[in-house]
Amino acid sequence: MLKIKNLRAQINGKPILKGINLEVKPGEVHAIMGPNGSGKSTLASVLAGREYVEITGGEVLFMGKNLLELSPEERARMGIFLGFQYPVEIPGVSMVSFMRTAVNEIRKYRNLPPFSSSDFLKYMREKKELVEIDTQLTNRSVNEGFSGGEKKKNEIFQMAMLEPKLSILDETDSGLDIDALRIVANGVNKLKRPENATIVITHYQRLLDYIIPDVIHVLYNGQIVKTAGKELALELEEKGYDWIKKEFQN
Amino acid sequence: MSTNLIQNIAHENILKAMESVRDLGLQPIVAKRKEAFEMFTAHGLPNKKNENYKYTSLEQHYTGKYLYSPFTTSQNINIDDVFKCDVPSLDTELIILTNGWYYESKSQPKLRKQNNGIIIGSLLEAMTQYPELVLNYFGKAAETYTDELNTINQALMQDGLFVFIPRGAKLDKPIQIINIVVADESIQIYPRHLIISESEEDNQLLICDHSLNPSPFIMNGTMEVFLKDNAKLSFYRMQNAHNHSVQLTNNFIRQSKGSEFHSVFITLHGGTVRNNLWVDLMESEANCNINGLWLADKNQHIDYNTFIRHHSPQCNSNQLFKGILDDEATGIFSGKILVEKGAQKTNAYQSNKNLIINPSAKVRSKPQLEIYADDVKCSHGSATGKLDDDAMFYLRSRGISHKEACQLLMFAFAGDITKQILIEPLKKEVEELIDKRLRGELSRCNRCAISCS
Repeated sequence: MLKIKNLRAQINGKPILKGINLEVKPGEVHAIMGPNGSGKSTLASVLAGREYVEITGGEVLFMGKNLLELSPEERARMGIFLGFQYPVEIPGVSMVSFMRTAVNEIRKYRNLPPFSSSDFLKYMREKKELVEIDTQLTNRSVNEGFSGGEKKKNEIFQMAMLEPKLSILDETDSGLDIDALRIVANGVNKLKRPENATIVITHYQRLLDYIIPDVIHVLYNGQIVKTAGKELALELEEKGYDWIKKEFQN
Repeated sequence: MSTNLIQNIAHENILKAMESVRDLGLQPIVAKRKEAFEMFTAHGLPNKKNENYKYTSLEQHYTGKYLYSPFTTSQNINIDDVFKCDVPSLDTELIILTNGWYYESKSQPKLRKQNNGIIIGSLLEAMTQYPELVLNYFGKAAETYTDELNTINQALMQDGLFVFIPRGAKLDKPIQIINIVVADESIQIYPRHLIISESEEDNQLLICDHSLNPSPFIMNGTMEVFLKDNAKLSFYRMQNAHNHSVQLTNNFIRQSKGSEFHSVFITLHGGTVRNNLWVDLMESEANCNINGLWLADKNQHIDYNTFIRHHSPQCNSNQLFKGILDDEATGIFSGKILVEKGAQKTNAYQSNKNLIINPSAKVRSKPQLEIYADDVKCSHGSATGKLDDDAMFYLRSRGISHKEACQLLMFAFAGDITKQILIEPLKKEVEELIDKRLRGELSRCNRCAISCS
């Protein structure tokens, strides 16, 4: 589904990603862990199409297509979803009109007719129940005045609405209390399908108690320096990242 | 052309119009015209040396040949056939003006007094039938300012709407004035309105400016509004004439004790637009809430000028003005709050926000505070920027196209103003017009039988 080959990228002339290799197959859950500043969020930004990151080498194939040539909206329509670390507040744009526009754009891409108002509201109600998001939130402007937890739940709600093939969740656990974390993780698990894949980017092991990854990668200094099974998370939790840094420097 | 030459031609053109005016058989008009004629001879047109008109030069426009018509010209148009404002459920009391003159017809008598005491009709007719009432107010709000545009209106004024609402009276429906410009050649027109309300009822007035054909015109209109003790009025102005027009409006609001004025101006089309919105809070506990939104592209030039004078204690004023500028358009906001010495416990807020879509567009924003009292809360703010990158990316990352994302964000920006429109069907219609306008589609009121050009 996703093939990243020797990906290099910089921000303002400073190299951040220094040759990333990664392959994600349908049905898999990958976790990307690593210390602060290792390039985790930059990788997520590159995959979603953020323009301030400059690609300096390598390639990314998604469903066989060159992802790096596509606009953010084209990627989203093909099935890439980024759960933001810091979801953006957009006063004056209602959640309903935002989601309706987005869902219908994606339906258009999939050669489906746009939802009628009533069908859309029904669809939205189902998804809200699925991810246990408060009904009130969808009556407001996008993320405006939402608490940290509400914003993250709203990301999962959007993910449910858009039914992506590949979800990239960037530090979705940061700023969540344990109850919110459970709701967010439940949402992700409920949305898991054999044909879909998820990349969970996290600093802590905590989220991985709820979302069980098939593979864990450690990103350090712009490269994936270690790849192992889920037991790696526990080891990292126990020992921190220093031993990996040391190992890598040697 | 040199600046001097432009000045002279413009000056001559206006003087020529002034020489052709009629006295309309009304002594007070004659006196006002004479006074204005002398002021104009002394001061001329506002030019860039005038701080108030620094960014909007009118001399250039007045060099053109714009016919001034001292007589009603529209007798051969059957407006009843042509015009029907068919915004669903916007049920209004329609008053039509054509080329600055009150349009008299079977459905629109010159003047009528309802059982509840409300008088609606032509200003000139009201001056004839109720001279005492009219002359008690006529010109009284405007004369405390020396403004050249208003001076020209005073010298050349035609006719317009007169409304008197006595204490306790409620209009059956909002009054909607449609200013229609219809002419085969370029014309200059000078409507003049006088609105007096003593009523604490929620009365509403709406002015729509339309043009019937694409001939260039200059419209320089003056409106005076007097709100007596505890009177309330909501006022809306929709500017939607074509882009070969010069639309100048002078709006003077004079408020007595405890009165409330609520207003929204929406400028969608118009070549050069200048709106003077000047409010005098004469007595204590008067409140005004004034809002404006302009959407300008191509070479449009939109200039809003507000002046709120707090003369008395415990008054509130609130101003929110927003512009969206594309292409080579220019948007100007200058707003001044003056708090007089005795006006303690004043609350006065002003905010101007501009969204620049194209870097070639220009914005000038000049907020000013002048405070002589020491126990007041005043603030002003101005911000100009482009669409937020983070918000754009967020929307696009959900599959929404660049264009549609811009649209959502611009519409949201405008939403702060449209939500101030308290007539629900009008709000819906305005939102629809704005949506179309932002999409670059023609945004005439599409249900309006006039297909404006």
